[in-house]
Amino acid sequence: MAKIVAGIGCSHVPAIGAALDNGKTGEPYWQRVFSGFEPSKKWMAETKPDVAIVVYNDHASAFSTDLIPTFALGCATEFPPADEGWGPRPVPVAKGDPDLAVHIAQSVILDEFDLTIVNKMEIDHGLTVPLNLMCGKLNPDQEWPFKIIPLAINVVMYPPPTGHRCYSLGKAIRKAVESYPEDLKVVIFGTGGMSHQISGPRAGLINSKFDKAFLDNLTKDPAKLVKIPHLEYVREAGAEAIELVMWLIMRGALADKVDEVYRFYTVPASNTAVGHIILENHKRATAGNKTRTRRAAARATDTVRRSQ
Amino acid sequence: MAREPHDYDDIPGTFVFDAERCRQGYPINSFCMSLMKDANRKAFRADEAGYIKQFHMTQEQEQAILKRDYNRMLELGGNIYFTAKLGATDGHSFQHLAALMTGSTQQDYATMMLAGGRPVEGNRSKSGKDKPARARAKSPARKRT
Repeated sequence: MAKIVAGIGCSHVPAIGAALDNGKTGEPYWQRVFSGFEPSKKWMAETKPDVAIVVYNDHASAFSTDLIPTFALGCATEFPPADEGWGPRPVPVAKGDPDLAVHIAQSVILDEFDLTIVNKMEIDHGLTVPLNLMCGKLNPDQEWPFKIIPLAINVVMYPPPTGHRCYSLGKAIRKAVESYPEDLKVVIFGTGGMSHQISGPRAGLINSKFDKAFLDNLTKDPAKLVKIPHLEYVREAGAEAIELVMWLIMRGALADKVDEVYRFYTVPASNTAVGHIILENHKRATAGNKTRTRRAAARATDTVRRSQ
Repeated sequence: MAREPHDYDDIPGTFVFDAERCRQGYPINSFCMSLMKDANRKAFRADEAGYIKQFHMTQEQEQAILKRDYNRMLELGGNIYFTAKLGATDGHSFQHLAALMTGSTQQDYATMMLAGGRPVEGNRSKSGKDKPARARAKSPARKRT
């Protein structure tokens, strides 16, 4: 049986990809961001998933305003990186898992989630930046260490799906994965956010208090997050912070009780608050102590840059 | 037809790209999308006003593009991920666009971001409802108990 073992929340700031591609990771500004993902890369290497479902949004790369699917599941055998105006990012082509993707599609559609099926799609920084942060820099002739099923969500045109709808879709995905006969270890990414607004006179908005409460409640009280109305995301955390509904698909796909094993938060990466969390399905017995220690260590890495 | 009123219209400095703006701005965003091809970028640079004619925009939309009035483009249905492609065609960084939209210099904008970004306090509401959402949500609940 296939099983979703962990969820990863991760911002997907394009400038992070550019810093990586242009060899700027050693600069103090970027070191602050990348150093926060060192424990995550270690965790990823130890976890060794077979497949990652990556919930992300396209940024006018694969989808123009000709066609705006709310939930689009990538069922192709591979997904090449898109040319976002500077040539395709020098990253590996993402290899899909069409069998599992199609199984998920059939299962969740019968669970009343009307997915769009995508058999040909290029993927942009929304998907490749979180992969880089979790796996490190890989060249086009290398391979990502797991298969990738992209799930593209419309969060560009308002209204995106509600937090509740996203959370419920996550639960349907969990059910679908668990009914797949092959023994596969699956992780799910929720990407985008955290607080940021990149458009209009209010651009540059950051709300660390909102972000930290969001990170806390992913473990403590996801039901509260599910009720956040769109207006509150936009008003409190910026027009583009509404991407955070994608994290709720990730959360819905996990067990009701989860353990936070790592967290990182820093402001800014270009216009955005970078947030990151790793959640594992709750383990009983002695795992608790270990988790608390790791969580405390993770907290210590929280940084908000207040001055140059 | 005039835009329908929305709860988010009260948020200052924000043009929410909703389904109405998406419909209205289809020509702007289609134009921006066309700039993904180098041949189109060249044609646009050679004759800006002539090139954009093929997208059948309103005069206001054409003017906003020709004047590089990024806020006006958003107001008329442009979306930032699309209009950023126009900025890139002009050879500008995103920070340049952010400075234009916020009416600041690039340096001031960068300094604000390094200092933790634009605070939400004072930036929630045009009509003075500038309290955190949670505080607002609490008061009716108290009345019920």
